[in-house]
Amino acid sequence: MSAVVSARNLSKRFDSTIAVDNVSFEIPAGRIVGLIGPNGSGKTTALKAILGLSSYEGQLNVLGFDPHTQRDELMKEVCFIADVAVLPRWISVGEAIDFVAGVHPKFNRKKCEEYLSHTKLKPNTKVKHMSKGMVVQLHLALVMAIDAKLLVLDEPTLGLDILYRKQFYQNLLEDYFDENKTIIVTTHQVEEIEHILTDLMFIRDGKIVLTSSMDEVAERFVEVMVSQDQYAAAKSMNPIDERQVFGKSVMLFDGVARNELSRLGETRNVGIADLFVATMKGTYA
Amino acid sequence: MNTMKMLVKREYWENRGGFFWAPIIVSGIALLFSLIASIAGAMLVNEHRSDIKIQDAAEHAAQLGGVGDFALASGVLLMMAVAAFVLFFYAIGSLYDDRRDRSILFWKSMPITDAQMVGSKVAWALLLAPLLSLGIGLILGLAFWTVLLVNAAVSGIPGATDMIAYSHPFRVVATLLAALPVQMLWALPTLGWLMLCSAWARRLPFLWATALPILTGAMISFTDIFSGVAIAHDKVWYVIYRGLASMAPGSWIPTIAKEPDGAFNGPKDLTNLVDITSSWQVFGHADVWIGALIGIAMIVLSVRLRRYRDEG
Repeated sequence: MSAVVSARNLSKRFDSTIAVDNVSFEIPAGRIVGLIGPNGSGKTTALKAILGLSSYEGQLNVLGFDPHTQRDELMKEVCFIADVAVLPRWISVGEAIDFVAGVHPKFNRKKCEEYLSHTKLKPNTKVKHMSKGMVVQLHLALVMAIDAKLLVLDEPTLGLDILYRKQFYQNLLEDYFDENKTIIVTTHQVEEIEHILTDLMFIRDGKIVLTSSMDEVAERFVEVMVSQDQYAAAKSMNPIDERQVFGKSVMLFDGVARNELSRLGETRNVGIADLFVATMKGTYA
Repeated sequence: MNTMKMLVKREYWENRGGFFWAPIIVSGIALLFSLIASIAGAMLVNEHRSDIKIQDAAEHAAQLGGVGDFALASGVLLMMAVAAFVLFFYAIGSLYDDRRDRSILFWKSMPITDAQMVGSKVAWALLLAPLLSLGIGLILGLAFWTVLLVNAAVSGIPGATDMIAYSHPFRVVATLLAALPVQMLWALPTLGWLMLCSAWARRLPFLWATALPILTGAMISFTDIFSGVAIAHDKVWYVIYRGLASMAPGSWIPTIAKEPDGAFNGPKDLTNLVDITSSWQVFGHADVWIGALIGIAMIVLSVRLRRYRDEG
C-alpha cells in the first residue's frame, strides 16, 4: 500500500459545530504536505484524528493502522508535535534526552545533541527556566532525531525567531527528509515553507478546498501583472483574484494557459500566500 | 523492559520533591525535636536521679529494649505517614497534571502505551514509594534509637546499654516488611478511586475525589430523617473510608484488631500489641479482596479514559 494516510468521509463533530466535514484525501509516501487553513478551519482536528488523539467518523488509515484503535502500534512509526511548548515544566534537557533515548528505539542521541549544540540549551537547563522559543528548540531537536515514517508538525515554529525557523526548515529538508518519510506540516507562515513543500492542501470550514502537488499549482495558477491597456481583456478571462501593486493590477488566473496570459502582461508563478488569500476570501466575512 | 524502567525513572524525576525531599526534610525536623526533647529529658532525669531504684534488672532491660524498638519503629511509621500524605496528592495529580499543562501530548507522541504509563504510577504508589519511605524511615529510626541510647547513657540511667542487647531491630524490620503486601492490597480501592478521578475530572480532581463521596454519604445518611427509612450508616461510611483512607498506613489494623490478651505492662509489650506479624490475617477477610478487585477495576478504567479521551 502506497498511501501513508488515507481518509474517506472523515468527519469530526464537537457538540453542534462540525470541525471536519466529510473529507477524503490520500497522502502518498515521500511527500512534504502543507496543510494550510485559517484559524478554526479544522487543521488541528484533522491532525488529531490522524494521530489517534481523538475519535472521528468515517474511515481513516495511517500506515496501515486504524489510529483510533491501533494507536499503540502506530506510535512506533509516527512522531508528532501537536502543540508547541508542551514539554513538562519539571524536565531538564538531559532528562528529556535520556527519556526519549530510553523509550524510543528509533531515536538517535548523537543527532539530537548535534541539533542542540546550535542552541543555548545546556543539559541541566529545566524547561521551566526556558523561554518559549527554547522549549520549541528542544522539542524539535528531540523529534528530528527520531527516524519516524510519518512526522506531523502542527505549527512547529511558533515562538521561534526567523533565523532559527529558516535553519529548522533547512534541516528538515536536508537532514531529515527522504523518500521513505512523509511530513505533514501546518503553519501560518506559509511563505517560509513554500520551497520545501511537495504538496499543498487548503482547508476551510472543515472542508478541503484545494489539494494539489506544488508542480500542479505552478501549472494551474498563474499571476499576471496586467498593463493598463489590457485591463478589460484580462478581466473578461475571469481572474479569481485581483489586487493593486504600484498602480498596476495583479490578477490571478486558475487554469488559463500561460502563453495566452503572457499577452496580457508579465506572468509569474503565484506564491502560496497569495493563493491562500485568494482562496480564503470571505472566510471571516 | 527498558520502557518500564524509563517510565519509573520519569516518575521519580517528576516527583522527587514528594518521594525524596519531603521525607528527608520531615526527618530532619523530627530529629531536631527529638534532640531537644532528649536534652530536656536528660535534665529531668538528672534532677531525680536519686529517686531511681531498679528492682528487677531483667524487667528493666526488657523495658529499655522495648523503648529501643519503639524508637526504631516510630521512625518508619513517621515516614509512612508522610508517604501517605504525599501519595494521596500524587495519586490525585497523577493522571491530571499532564492533561492540565498539556504535556500529555508529548508523552503521547512517544511509543508508550497508556497502560505502561499508568502502571508506572501504580508501581510508585503501591511499592516503590513505600519502600523508599521504609528505607528513609529505618535510618531515621536508627537515629532516634541512637539519640535515646546516648541520652540514657549520658543522663546516667542504670544499665542504659542494655537497650542495645534487648532491642529487636530485625523483628521490627521483618514485621514492617511483612505488612507491606497487606498494605498494598488494602490501598488499592483508594488508589483506584483517586486515579480514576484524576483521569476523569476536567478540573479540580481533588474536589471530585473527596467531596463527591463525602456529600453522597451525607445525603444517604440524611435520608433516615424519614420514618421507616433505616440506613446502615456504618456500612455506607465504611465504603467511603475504604475508598478514601485506605492508603493510610495501617488503616487495615481495625479489621484484625482485638483486645490485647494478657497484661499490658510498659513499652516492652508494645511490640506484642502491634504485632504486625498477624497482619496477614487481613488476607482471611473478604473485605481486602473485594476492595482490591474494585481498585483494579477503577485503575483499568483510568487507563481506558486516558487512552480514548479526546485531548486538546
